Amino acid sequence: MFDPTSNPPPFWQNGPAPGAFYNFPNTKSGPSDEFQHSQAPITTATSIVAIKYATGVIIAGDLLGSYGSLARYRNCPRVLQVNENIILGAGGDYGDFQYIKNFIEQKIVQEECLDDGFKLKPKSLYCWLTRVMYSCRSKFDPLWNNLVIGGIQDGEPFLGTVDKLGTAFTDKIICTGYGAHIAVPLLREAMEKNPNMSKDEAKALVEKSMEVLFYRDARSFPKYQVAIIDQNEGSVIEGPLVVKQNWSLAHMISGYN
Amino acid sequence: MTSILCPEIPKPGFSFDNCQRNATLESKGFAVPKATKTGTTIVGIIYKDGVILGADTRATEDTTVADKNCEKIHFLAPNMYCCGAGTAADTEMTTQMISSKLELHRLFTNRVVRVCTANQMLKQYLFGYQGYIGAALILGGVDSTGPHLYSIYPHGSTDKLPYTTMGSGSLAAMAIFESRWKPDLTEEEGIQLIRDAIAAGIFNDLGSGSNVDVCVIRKGSVDYKRTYDEANKKGVRQASYRYPRGTTKVLDTKVFTVEETVHQLETESMDTA
Amino acid sequence: MSLSMEGIRPHYPDYSNAPMQRHFSPYADNGGSVVAIAGDDFVVIGADTRLSAGFSIYTRDQNKLFPLSKTTVLGCAGCWCDTLTLTRILTSRMQMYQQEHNKTMSTVACAQMLSTMLYYKRFFPYYISNVLVGLDNEGKGCVYSYDPIGHCEKATYKAGGSAGALLQPLLDNQIGLKNMEIIGDSKLTIEKATNIIKDVFISAAERDIYTGDSVIINIITKEGIKDDKFELRKD
Repeated sequence: MFDPTSNPPPFWQNGPAPGAFYNFPNTKSGPSDEFQHSQAPITTATSIVAIKYATGVIIAGDLLGSYGSLARYRNCPRVLQVNENIILGAGGDYGDFQYIKNFIEQKIVQEECLDDGFKLKPKSLYCWLTRVMYSCRSKFDPLWNNLVIGGIQDGEPFLGTVDKLGTAFTDKIICTGYGAHIAVPLLREAMEKNPNMSKDEAKALVEKSMEVLFYRDARSFPKYQVAIIDQNEGSVIEGPLVVKQNWSLAHMISGYN
Repeated sequence: MTSILCPEIPKPGFSFDNCQRNATLESKGFAVPKATKTGTTIVGIIYKDGVILGADTRATEDTTVADKNCEKIHFLAPNMYCCGAGTAADTEMTTQMISSKLELHRLFTNRVVRVCTANQMLKQYLFGYQGYIGAALILGGVDSTGPHLYSIYPHGSTDKLPYTTMGSGSLAAMAIFESRWKPDLTEEEGIQLIRDAIAAGIFNDLGSGSNVDVCVIRKGSVDYKRTYDEANKKGVRQASYRYPRGTTKVLDTKVFTVEETVHQLETESMDTA
Repeated sequence: MSLSMEGIRPHYPDYSNAPMQRHFSPYADNGGSVVAIAGDDFVVIGADTRLSAGFSIYTRDQNKLFPLSKTTVLGCAGCWCDTLTLTRILTSRMQMYQQEHNKTMSTVACAQMLSTMLYYKRFFPYYISNVLVGLDNEGKGCVYSYDPIGHCEKATYKAGGSAGALLQPLLDNQIGLKNMEIIGDSKLTIEKATNIIKDVFISAAERDIYTGDSVIINIITKEGIKDDKFELRKD
């Protein structure tokens, strides 16, 4: 019999409390569900310097993997040939780069398996990487990299870049990290004077930029690699090359007064 | 005992009372007023016969351009000039104050003041304010011991260098110096190098813009080239935007008659007796 | 092909109420300005080509106008990664509409769709100031402007982006003919609208550090979209 003095039965047995959200099965809620996304890069690589010349693209990057301010790993290659018509360079977190490199390689293998005679094109890779980077940033779990994609498509050189947010653009000159502040002014000035650069002129310019970057970027290294892709000569990775250094002015500086 | 004739000697050391007050005020919602920061490119080099200084002419307030043609190369002494980056008021007032101190020093010693003296005065002054005076300076001059170039940071540290850059465009300008500077440049080469370094800042750094100012300091002479190069030409307007007379609505008219009275005064000659 | 990122890192963002600490900012301000003016049978839209972040210029040659159909163009300024994503989704929605209904989406419908798409991301918005222009069903020029989360306003002229606040009063006076007693020949022609767009961009480049390099102008009439380009200062 109904007893008005006892407590009423639960309003909604085993269901969510009124006004509260239902907890789906297999999704834990509570302290164990907290997770930290990568909020900062750990082992990092510095600038990438890239230019498009009359018949191809050059991408250069040094070999240092920095651990904070520690010059930790001194042989970290970060320019690569993706296939016959694409080259790629990366700056930022080295672990994230290796992860990206891994799934790009998987993609190339899968394309190869189709055996349809088609190859991945630079603009396709550029577009796809933009989506990958954007989707990661939208999950608040960015891949902490600056990617520079170079290649030949329809007989024309292509150069584009994507950053950790998915900000993407194409240009004749692309530098990331400190290169954006130090190398870009040099390259833009040279490009304005000589818009149709030859391969050798472009190579000399990149070499000069790497030298200046070595002088002023404290996370740089005198050993670097250069990836070159050319309409006529195909693609090649040169290096490790060594920065030509000149410290003859050092004796001119003494003290600070 | 203190009196007007014998004031109490203030306690030595810094007083940070106002810092606490400012923090309290800020937490109560009274934010510190924003100062005009000159996101700048300023540079200096030593060449064969002296020093050359260079500067752009843009002053910014956040993302808007506050002054399209401001002067960033300040006079210190007849043989010394100083480029300023950072908070506009701080660079201006600091250089003015040091300039007057240098003049007094010159009168007192009866000698051309040495550049290292100005450097020492500036760094001691800035260090005293612990970086709260946001002036980043490039000091250049020629004295009895030759040409000298210093960069002075807001906290009071200094550097004595053969070529230097400061401000938001310093990396762009330094890239030019690192690739092209060499000892014993001629004046012509030196000015061209300065122009290119400032132009690199103007075109690649959004905090710098407009024109190039150059100041050449040799032994015994100075050549201040204000607007040495107009790096950017303003676009030419397609249409005219002059308003015809009467465009503005007259809301109300009131006519006052002013009574005029003219008094003729005899001029009185000065008593020179 | 299974290269989905989900398999590697599980995410249930919608169903987890665990607190998360975040320092990373998913947005960037890449600057840029858009100005649009509508006339009786045309509409003109212009956007500068500078893509920047902080104090550096990413590129001097970035088109920020996206033609969605033969009579509709969208101009975007703000966070460039969001712009890329939004415009890509928009173009595919336009194509889906075309294939489902066998006709091109009208400017008016497109304007409504954009508003809906922006509000769909109410709590993780696309940080873009959008200006959509086109010819309406009667062939009249129209301008729609949006805030980042989908508020839509129809106008005859609009300035948006980093120099928007600088230019809107200028347009109020020159196109809206506000606060003037004598109004001369007030008929707005394509030439007049194009010239005013060029002139306001010259002014914006003088005072806004995020506007410069050049302007790309699209003139939309019933004949189609015509391109024009105009150089600005590069500092």
